[in-house]
Amino acid sequence: MARARHPTEDPTWVKALVLAVVAAFLALVLILPLAAVFAEALRKGLAVAIDAIAHADALAAVKLTLITAAITVPFNVVFGLCAAWAVAKHDFPGKAFLITLIDLPFSVSPVVAGLIYVLVFGLQGWFGEWLLDHDMKVIFAVPGIVLATIFVTFPFVARELIPLMQEQGVSEEEAAISMGASGLYTFWRITTPNVRWGLLYGVLLCNARAMGEFGAVSVVSGHIRGLTNTMPLHVEILYNEYDFVGAFAVAALLCLLAIVTLVLKTALEVAQPAVRRGGH
Amino acid sequence: MTISIRSVQKQFGRYPALNNVDLEIADGELLALLGPSGSGKTTLLRAIAGLEFPDSGQVLFHDNDVTYASAAARRVGFVFQQYALFKHMTVAKNIAFGLDVRKGKDKPPKAEIARRVDELLKLVELDGLGGRYPSQLSGGQRQRVALSRALAVQPSVLLLDEPFGALDATVRKSLRKELRRVHDATGVTTIFVTHDQEEALELADRVAILNKGKIEQIGTPREVHDNPVSAFVCGFVGESSRFTGKVEGGRFVAGGLTLPAPGLADGAAEAFVRPHDFVLADDGVEAKVERVNVQGALVRVDAVLTGGARIEIAASRADADRFVGTVKVAAAKSHVYAA
Repeated sequence: MARARHPTEDPTWVKALVLAVVAAFLALVLILPLAAVFAEALRKGLAVAIDAIAHADALAAVKLTLITAAITVPFNVVFGLCAAWAVAKHDFPGKAFLITLIDLPFSVSPVVAGLIYVLVFGLQGWFGEWLLDHDMKVIFAVPGIVLATIFVTFPFVARELIPLMQEQGVSEEEAAISMGASGLYTFWRITTPNVRWGLLYGVLLCNARAMGEFGAVSVVSGHIRGLTNTMPLHVEILYNEYDFVGAFAVAALLCLLAIVTLVLKTALEVAQPAVRRGGH
Repeated sequence: MTISIRSVQKQFGRYPALNNVDLEIADGELLALLGPSGSGKTTLLRAIAGLEFPDSGQVLFHDNDVTYASAAARRVGFVFQQYALFKHMTVAKNIAFGLDVRKGKDKPPKAEIARRVDELLKLVELDGLGGRYPSQLSGGQRQRVALSRALAVQPSVLLLDEPFGALDATVRKSLRKELRRVHDATGVTTIFVTHDQEEALELADRVAILNKGKIEQIGTPREVHDNPVSAFVCGFVGESSRFTGKVEGGRFVAGGLTLPAPGLADGAAEAFVRPHDFVLADDGVEAKVERVNVQGALVRVDAVLTGGARIEIAASRADADRFVGTVKVAAAKSHVYAA
């Protein structure tokens, strides 16, 4: 006699079919291209690939990418915590508008995000002449790249924290304050520890996007080799110059960074099963 | 600590949560704020705690005006409805929180805090559980932690918001006795909010009954049960059969039932009779027995009067056999209010 199925369980052939469709799709659009990146990078051997990465321009791109992430992520943590705290624990007029504003980068094309900064800080922009007079460069320089990256990543931490904080309510904070804790003490000792897993998750997502952003950064960067090229931009330049091994070697390095981030994220989820698994 | 509430008003939007409330609470008293949801009882408690500020009126602690003082400055111990324990701290850390946040010379030394935590754990019979996290405790245990955390700061007044609301019936009963014991042991003025009249009547020295942001009556459990001042209090506190009818010449009449209503003007009225105030009487009205329930030493009888009104009678177990078919009942005591 066949083993009795659970009432909500589908027949085996249905499960197998669904699984096969998913697996085939993943192989085609995810695993195959990823494998191709590494295969192309290593086509002329590991030494050539390493040489391509060790090239001064490539190293400069890696450095700029890491600097950008290193500035963007802490900014995001501070902004995200403040915004989430304000929205989730307090009532004020214009709250709905603020939430919509936080969501804006999700709905605006990254290219537009880049253009906004060119229009504001570029030579023909509002502050262009003033910046020129004071010998400051934003567009086609590191500050512009950082600004554009901050723009596209700023919802990540806030969006992760707002629902979490809302769900937790304010009674723990009220309890702390009624026992004599100050507002700041309560924020650091009660509010923040309660959202620490969500915060870490938001940081990882934000970091992955900060390192991988192409569109917005491309508009403001100016593509100056060794100076304003991030890794994704450097990959494009090498590819356009038919330096396939070089392009794929740098791309492989970028993939590795992303994979490390994903592994960290998964490890976190295993360590803390209660982490809210919201998708973006 | 005596507490005085003087003409306190609080409005949420257009909805009045507290409407001119006056209340005096004696030192060492255990007072219940009883009312249906939306009656303003929690708002009143939070105004006493300093978690809500009234729009007008005064809150006095021992003749000091604390109306707009912070919760911390008032030194209140507050037990929240869902306990609001700090999830990421151990039980001991939770209890010590109010002492840990103190600064400078107000902060007791570490050993003193540890001793106090142990003492409180013992008081609520949780010895040895100081190292656990709140998620590792049962609902009743969490409640006890919340209670000892509130007591750790040696509060001038202990305030509890629906302290037993989230617990099942048996745990609730034992914790009620526990709160009474802790109150008697510490002597701290205690105010708790509840919508459960049984809880209020069993536990409190005095009960304040709130309705629509006003205090309808305040008195000992016995006073509010036996001499309710309004139809609302009579219907809310204790069980009763309710009749709508009218008063004519000092007598209330409804569906075959006539009750004395001395001093009441003629007109529409409501009457209430407690189950144990119905007695078998040869000159009473006829009632058809529908169901007899035995509850320990009592029998509870559902019956229908000839006029169609349903009533509930509570009688001693010895009389159980007399409730068969149609019986004659009269009300030994009744409460009549103009509608």
